[in-house]
Amino acid sequence: MHKLLTDQPGQQMLLLGNEAITRGAVEAGVAFASTYPGTPSSEISLNLFQISRETDLYFEYSTNEKVALEVAAAAAVSGVRSMCMMKHVGVNVAADVLMTLAYIGVKGGLVILTADDPYMFSSQNEQDNRYYAKLSGLPMLEPSSVEEARSMMPYAFDLSEKLGEPVLFRTTTRVNHSTAAVTLGEMRPRQPRGDFVKDPFNFVCVPAVSRKLHVRLLENMEKAEKIAGTSEYNFTEGAGNQGIICNGVSYNYVSDAVTELGIADNTKILRIGFSHPLPQALIKDFLGGCEKVLVVEEGEPYMEEAVKAFAQEAGLTLPIRGKSADLFSRLYEFDPATVKKNIAAFFDVPYTPPVIPDLSDLPEIPQRPPTLCAGCSHRATFYAVKKAAEGMDVMHPSDIGCYTLGFLPPLSMADFVVCMGASAGTSGGFSKVTDKKVISFIGDSTFFHSGISGLINAVFNNHKFTLVILDNGTTAMTGHQPNPGVDMTKLNMDGFGRISIEAVVRAIGVRHVSVIRPYKVQKSIAAIKEALDYDGVSVVISQEPCSLYAKSLKELKPRAFYVTDRCKNHRTCLDELGCPAFYLKDDRVCIDPDLCIGCTVCVQICPENAIRPVKKTEG
Amino acid sequence: MDTKRLIIVAVGGQGNLLASKVIGEAALLSGVPVRMSEIHGMAQRGGVVESAIVFGDAKSTIISDGEADLLVGFEPAEALRALNKCNAATTVITNLSPLSPFTVAIGKGVYPRLSRIQELIRAKTEKLIAFDATALAREAGNVMAVNMVLLGAMTRTGILPLAADKVKEAIRTRTKKAFVEVNLKAFEMGFEAAEKGE
Ligand code: SF4
Ligand code: SF4
Repeated sequence: MHKLLTDQPGQQMLLLGNEAITRGAVEAGVAFASTYPGTPSSEISLNLFQISRETDLYFEYSTNEKVALEVAAAAAVSGVRSMCMMKHVGVNVAADVLMTLAYIGVKGGLVILTADDPYMFSSQNEQDNRYYAKLSGLPMLEPSSVEEARSMMPYAFDLSEKLGEPVLFRTTTRVNHSTAAVTLGEMRPRQPRGDFVKDPFNFVCVPAVSRKLHVRLLENMEKAEKIAGTSEYNFTEGAGNQGIICNGVSYNYVSDAVTELGIADNTKILRIGFSHPLPQALIKDFLGGCEKVLVVEEGEPYMEEAVKAFAQEAGLTLPIRGKSADLFSRLYEFDPATVKKNIAAFFDVPYTPPVIPDLSDLPEIPQRPPTLCAGCSHRATFYAVKKAAEGMDVMHPSDIGCYTLGFLPPLSMADFVVCMGASAGTSGGFSKVTDKKVISFIGDSTFFHSGISGLINAVFNNHKFTLVILDNGTTAMTGHQPNPGVDMTKLNMDGFGRISIEAVVRAIGVRHVSVIRPYKVQKSIAAIKEALDYDGVSVVISQEPCSLYAKSLKELKPRAFYVTDRCKNHRTCLDELGCPAFYLKDDRVCIDPDLCIGCTVCVQICPENAIRPVKKTEG
Repeated sequence: MDTKRLIIVAVGGQGNLLASKVIGEAALLSGVPVRMSEIHGMAQRGGVVESAIVFGDAKSTIISDGEADLLVGFEPAEALRALNKCNAATTVITNLSPLSPFTVAIGKGVYPRLSRIQELIRAKTEKLIAFDATALAREAGNVMAVNMVLLGAMTRTGILPLAADKVKEAIRTRTKKAFVEVNLKAFEMGFEAAEKGE
């Protein structure tokens, strides 16, 4: 049995934040869940996927976040408790549904989880999705800790049903990827079947209906604000005339700082966990008892601006500070020491920061950036594209996935990356206004996610570029989740469809389509050359399973190669391919047999034919 | 209770997440409050993995610069890189078996000398315990058990509020059955090495 199904209320379990969130949802009786994988939210999906194999919970990996929210919305308006999770930038994709779904509302609880990523540990920006709550008018909850993430989940579902609205549940990486002991709660039963009661004047958003629904949304926000005003998740701690207002993980740093600075007797903390609509009356009341207030929130001054406005309305003139050059930054994530330092500075209490040893005499430590795995098929494709385009003035729009790492030398195969699915769209633009040869990249999952529409656009508008679809048979970047092109029978799972990228591309109307196997270097180069010669949109589908995935499926039995003494040390392999299995020893290229998977790409490009398989010794 | 802060740095694949899990479980068994945080986004692709483990009543799950009581480097250059987490009272444990970053192979960096790494850490912190944990893991029967060796060493320092028998119990319940014996042996070897390596 999945550990998160343990039916022993009161038992303590060490859980990752994402497991605690999953557990909370299961305790709430979630019966329908959908997602598009994105770090730092991915483990929630993985756990729900596993749980769905053992129970009547329905789970799906959807093509993108918009579709994920659409299916979940349908389940929720049919009365089924549903959850939809994504990373912060995923909400941008889902935003179109979100904004109007807020008008329509739900019947069964719907929790939309947005996992924000301050500091961008694995993201392209650090947008603060609290503004989505403000923009859509939906209630938002924000846990501060792993433990609270669990308990807040059932609350979120109840709240959603009480208001008849989806609830946004915002976490940040430090909640998703922290671990702590969690006390399990009661499990509520799942109700996986619902019914849709027709009511077009509430569900069909034509202008006349929406005008009415918008009124209802505003009324709902008023109700929500009242609930926020008494919610157990907006609480005051301590007493005194110095105030701190905080949310999310910032609360942890504030709470520790207040204790460590010894200012607990004259400082009170207002922790906001129900952050949209902000509990106006509660905040005004809090401000009234303070001489000065510091707002401690990672990201944007979402609360600070509101708090200042509330103070103005209440005729309060106390100093309220938060983001500024001398206090908190809008950049990156907070850490305990910074919070401590700023609290000490604002309230004028002594604080000696820990003394970090003088590190000025440290030698330069070589960087350790993540890189494409040894034998990764993307590297082989990149190499072939480079060879095929030799002598041309090329640029490479790319997309979001492992292959984005190809921007690093020696490959240097990404020049413009903005968001999921954008490589085909941007390629069209580049090809219209520059004289460069445009060769772009997109992964299989990303192609289905939203790349298809860019390609359709290119065919219709007669753009001219070559799109290389890197089809490695899985969504590798986030940990090997399925996508619509994946063969689910390999995972011993039936009941799934499968979409052929080649058939889709041809059906869209792309005239020049070729399929290559990138480990066959010369053939691949020849096919890409042809694609580059084509006057119009050409597509090359490069098929080879992700080596990490193939290894985990036991489809790949790694075999090691080594560099023989025929090597003349001109280092074509290292300089042009750069497989991480290579290393230098006494200034000669060697291959680490533990890393090499035997893709043979280096073997094929070595001009001296110096790379040979390691003979298996009987042992 | 006193707050104790432990930072573990490793290269993806060295098993520090499992080590953290065992530590967390041992804390749970000992009734010691524990909170941990890890960054493992692209670790499988050769990046650095860092875990922060905070024992005691603190609510934070991350550790600021200069605040670590104990720093453990599964890889020597990474131990050196993480020195900003230390202060003059910090104890540092490091493995002495280097994993050369790929940037070195393509000529974009030079791996610092091992002796220099040790000298620098020793000069800037309270105490350095350094030994070849990878060799010990191999001796114990599995190179992959380097995390258990280092776990033994951490436990030996006495800095963490964890008794050896609780850690061993956690190894028994939290690591794969087939490896429990090897893991326990590796743990013992690390424990002893830390005594000698002082
Ligand atoms: S996980 Fe797969 S696709 Fe990603 S870098 Fe490794 S081999 Fe390549
Ligand atoms: S065969 Fe060559 S390129 Fe392929 S994994 Fe081994 S060393 Fe790397």
